[in-house]
Amino acid sequence: MKLLIKNGTIVTWDKTEENKDILIEDGRISRIGKDISDPADQVIDAGGLAVLPGLVDAHCHLRDPGYEYKEDIRSGTMSAAKGGFTSVACMPNTNPVIDNESIVRTVLAKARREGVVNVYPVGAITKGQQGQELAEMGSMKAAGIVAVSDDGKPVMQAAVMKKALIYAAGFGLTVISHCEDLDLAEGGSMNEGETCTRLGLHGIPSAAEDVMVAREIILSEYTGMPVHIAHVSTKGAVELIRQAKKRGVPVTAETCPHYFTLTEEACEGYNTNAKMNPPLRTREDVDAVIEGLEDGTIDIIATDHAPHHFDEKNVEFELAAFGIVGFETALPLALTYLVRPGHLTINQVVNKMAAMPARILKIDKGDIRIGADADLTIVNLDEEYIIDPDEFLSKSRNTPFGGFKVKGRVKYTLCGGKIVYEDK
Amino acid sequence: MKLRSKDILGLDHMEPDEITLILDMARDMKKIVLSNMKRVNYLQGRSVVTLFYENSTRTRVSFELAAKYMGAHAVNVSVSTSSVQKGENLIDTGKTLDVMGADVVVIRHSQPGAPHLLARNIKASVINGGDGMHEHPTQALLDMFTMREAKGGFEGLKVAIIGDIMHSRVARSNMIGLGKMGAKVYIFGPPTLIPPGIEKMGCTVCQSLEEAIKDADVVMGLRIQKERLRKALIPSTEEYSRFFGVDVKHLAWAKKDVLVMHPGPVNRGVEMTSLLIDSDQSKINEQVTNGVAVRMALLYLLAGREEN
Repeated sequence: MKLLIKNGTIVTWDKTEENKDILIEDGRISRIGKDISDPADQVIDAGGLAVLPGLVDAHCHLRDPGYEYKEDIRSGTMSAAKGGFTSVACMPNTNPVIDNESIVRTVLAKARREGVVNVYPVGAITKGQQGQELAEMGSMKAAGIVAVSDDGKPVMQAAVMKKALIYAAGFGLTVISHCEDLDLAEGGSMNEGETCTRLGLHGIPSAAEDVMVAREIILSEYTGMPVHIAHVSTKGAVELIRQAKKRGVPVTAETCPHYFTLTEEACEGYNTNAKMNPPLRTREDVDAVIEGLEDGTIDIIATDHAPHHFDEKNVEFELAAFGIVGFETALPLALTYLVRPGHLTINQVVNKMAAMPARILKIDKGDIRIGADADLTIVNLDEEYIIDPDEFLSKSRNTPFGGFKVKGRVKYTLCGGKIVYEDK
Repeated sequence: MKLRSKDILGLDHMEPDEITLILDMARDMKKIVLSNMKRVNYLQGRSVVTLFYENSTRTRVSFELAAKYMGAHAVNVSVSTSSVQKGENLIDTGKTLDVMGADVVVIRHSQPGAPHLLARNIKASVINGGDGMHEHPTQALLDMFTMREAKGGFEGLKVAIIGDIMHSRVARSNMIGLGKMGAKVYIFGPPTLIPPGIEKMGCTVCQSLEEAIKDADVVMGLRIQKERLRKALIPSTEEYSRFFGVDVKHLAWAKKDVLVMHPGPVNRGVEMTSLLIDSDQSKINEQVTNGVAVRMALLYLLAGREEN
């Protein structure tokens, strides 16, 4: 099986090459060059289109097993493919929790059967995400996890986190920390501040994130072990990470599209599709996150794709589930809100959405070169369109971005040389 | 003139001319409340349901009497908050009332925004009878009615609100409504109970009781709940009353004809002394009477028969 991509502009983390052909044989890139005229089973005319390495998402929720009414591996990976993602790392807050080898194998087996993109499970740090005893990270690593995280249930005991960093590093696993001091968050539902006060909602102070980011940095510095900070949303966290990196602390960080596009004001009118954790913050925080992306403090952009059923969002704000879907909006939002205003180059976006997340997860993805898996995303950078949640391939529609005008549309997604999404 | 919305969700959504309309109409309604013949047919054939997910005596009874004085069918539905936790769905409950023929649903709920959710999903008019820490528009309207009746208007009026601002929907609605009508609101309370960004709602945050009460036309107290102790917001009710409680002696800072108000129920000796509550300046009982009149006006404006 040969597939030929003609006349595309190849955009990777380090270079842009116009008018290039890519020949794919047996799922791998076999040649890159001009005017490749080999006979192929299929030819994609990528004239006027950008060819990116398949995007890598270091943080998503596929809800499978346990919450298949929100999403499952089939719908989740199809949604990912539509968004241009070819590798996704799924969080362990499933039911049962991904905290042992057999569940890792179950997820991976289903992903091989039904998934259309590469699925990399993230194992839990502690058994049952309970924050007490370490989960069997070694066995889970042997079964195929790429990182560990207790995600939405942060490890509150510093001593447990300290040992988790040391133990995980022994197996080459990155610890991903959802930074939220639950005592400070006090069960709040949106960012503490002006809007929250007016709406009469219980607030989550930015300090709840900052305190935990500071703790993880201190533990990482003390142990010398790496830590990855999930979904950074505050100015304080950006500054803490910036200073830590200057000192050489092995800390990496991610943010999500909603933290560089939206503020807490999106919650007006008790809009439950603007409810996520960490919550949307202020303009100042958004600006700081963008600055952090610009100067490299924030290494990657992840989606935190968090599907929820309509019924779980069509309720009182404080009773609504946290989270929004993200696969199908992440790339256009990054192109529209980061590249167009000149905050990042498109190569930097590719770095933060493909090359760097692959490096953090230690998977051989995120680049276009001979011999690499043919995971590619072909994008029309000039196509403008309005986001319509009804077109999502995810089972869920919980997004605050419906009606947003964006520029940059995924036309084809190839995973292992197979076309897994085509915009028709 | 009519109200612009089918619902009364908060004063945030209301224009000054609508507030004036309600207060003017409440003046006429008060005559009925004070008369011996409390029966008019303005709401004859209409039904009003009070759907209360939180305990309440005065607000619920006030609405019920307001509806009955005008000839409406008034039904009360009390739902324990615990059944909300069990998964009982507000929208479904609202739709049930809708198809039973309710014209107005008055809702009180511990969740901010619950009335808004209900209003978006049912045909009946929704009145917010208090939603969490968000708004309590009918209370603010009756407070404003009481102030206007005594002072003649709002322009330049100085209103001091003292106490637990953070958890108070009454304070929020009053700040919004009074601000729209030209009054100035000054707040004071334990710093832990002054929510961040509250000044953006148009009030002045004071550093002392004296600063708040100085030259005030109105001093309004708010109920302090014992459960605030458990959340480490205040050390004790004794300390609270010592530093944040209002007494007759503090009125020396205020204008001579200052009004003392409280939305009730009052913790005597905590947020206000008995001497103050029972003083000549106290409007606390008058507020309750005015509450019925204001709610009659609202029900009439939302569901009154055309021929009246």
